[in-house]
Amino acid sequence: MLDLQKIRADFPILSETVYGKPLVYFDNAATTQKPRCVVQKMEEGYYKRNANIHRGVHFLSQEATEAHEQARETIRAFIGAKSSNEIVFTRGTTEAINLVASSFGDLLQAGDEILLTAMEHHSNIVPWQLLRTRKGIEIKVIPFTNRGELLLDELAKSINPKTKLIACTHISNALGTINPINEIIKIAHAANIPVLVDGAQSVPHLKIDMQALDADFFVFSAHKIYGPTGIGVLYGKEKWLDKMPPYQGGGEMIAKVSFENTTFAALPFKFEAGTPDFIGSTAFAEALRYISAIGIENIAAHENKLLLYATEKLRKLENIRFIGEAEHKSGLISFLVGSIHPYDVGSILDKLGIAVRTGHHCAQPVMEVFSIEGTVRASFGLYNTTQEIDVFIDGVERVKKMFKQ
Amino acid sequence: MTINEKQDAIIAEFEFLEDWLDKYQQIIDKGMSSAGVSAKEKTPQNLIEGCQSKVWIVAEMHEGKVVFRAESNTDIAGGIAAMLVDVLSGHTPEEIIQTELYFLEKIGLKEHLSPTRANGMLAMIKQLKLFALAFQTKQ
Ligand SMILES: Cc1ncc(COP(=O)(O)O)c(C=O)c1O
Repeated sequence: MLDLQKIRADFPILSETVYGKPLVYFDNAATTQKPRCVVQKMEEGYYKRNANIHRGVHFLSQEATEAHEQARETIRAFIGAKSSNEIVFTRGTTEAINLVASSFGDLLQAGDEILLTAMEHHSNIVPWQLLRTRKGIEIKVIPFTNRGELLLDELAKSINPKTKLIACTHISNALGTINPINEIIKIAHAANIPVLVDGAQSVPHLKIDMQALDADFFVFSAHKIYGPTGIGVLYGKEKWLDKMPPYQGGGEMIAKVSFENTTFAALPFKFEAGTPDFIGSTAFAEALRYISAIGIENIAAHENKLLLYATEKLRKLENIRFIGEAEHKSGLISFLVGSIHPYDVGSILDKLGIAVRTGHHCAQPVMEVFSIEGTVRASFGLYNTTQEIDVFIDGVERVKKMFKQ
Repeated sequence: MTINEKQDAIIAEFEFLEDWLDKYQQIIDKGMSSAGVSAKEKTPQNLIEGCQSKVWIVAEMHEGKVVFRAESNTDIAGGIAAMLVDVLSGHTPEEIIQTELYFLEKIGLKEHLSPTRANGMLAMIKQLKLFALAFQTKQ
């Protein structure tokens, strides 16, 4: 059981009102709110040890470097990576995927194949399409059932000697499906195929252990796990990162530069061109410490309770269509209310102080499968309560009345 | 009724609705009861595409007066379109072009809409006036 009162007090934004109503924030899959300690960490970074890292002899620079590398170590431990060489800082999930598509993509040849699933976020589709244009690779797509569960048979059938990578989301941000990622990785590894896991939605909600998971690449964003915006991580096994050429060129990523020949820095710096977000990294680590202190398993249990409670209550209202009814789901509900456009539902809920997301959730291929333009999505975080769900359900009832459904 | 009399009537209707949800209700109801456009008329030329809502507007001339009809895939945008269409329909192109649409601001719609909806509303107004302008040049 979480001490919700205490937790909510850590998040100042939760006591804000919108249009005079208490804020009910159910858009956590898009981004999460920040506890005071995370923002304080940023302030401390700017006020107490702001200096560019890795190249200064002076005291502040050494302090800042130390804090940044400590943050990398915290992240390593949080996901159970073997070495901090495997933790590359990026701007977020999107940049991490682009990095792999570019650098791992450089190792591929025309005719090679990449497998994606039909429930990927655009950020795990478009980088591969750019690679397809550049390199002439093929993209194959694994479909899912109308409940939102991947067809693993199709995955196994799609694998052939040309398959060079499987890139798959751990949790779908549009459906809430928790994919059987262990099984997918086992199938892939049996055929010697590496797997990139998009962990943007899973890191905040599930215990992640790279040793148990054995993913080759794993990517996520700090802002979705109560950390700051603008920073994220590419985890990559050293054996892959070593083989891959650098992504961007610049400072920090070199060993020695001359106009004739430049040699690159060791991992992970080879992939970190330019001044990194050394303030964001420490705040990111602070967020992970905050989460660890509460316990990710406790958070998962709490969010699952909210999911079941909200699903049950929504089901009791008539005329609700759930988009995504997988057996294993994270704390996220995508739905439609009668024939009311999601945008209209969201607009009315907004006026009631309830923040939900409407639209295609950057997963237009998912919407196509269901022949819909979009959904209303309520996604829960560790600070949400059943009382808030009651407010939300009242809101949906109100919407139904207003639109005569 | 003149265009301005119609605008004033809408302002009066909204004046007594204090809660914004009641105002939204009024807008939704207007959308639901408006004439709409046929499937055939939902052409790309008649479409005003917003971020999430689509609005189709058609215009015809009847005895020197412009008659508009509108429909949207969302009821709120549809309601806003219905109000605009009601206010401007049945008037000459000159009247429409010269009209200053003040009712939207007076009923607080401008400030209460999300920026994307507000942009959509401006696009509708522009399109209605363009239709009128086209009829005027043809005359
Ligand atoms: C499953 C998934 N992948 C990728 C992303 C992209 O994350 P970011 O915008 O932080 O790079 C998101 C976030 O919307 C997501 O939900």
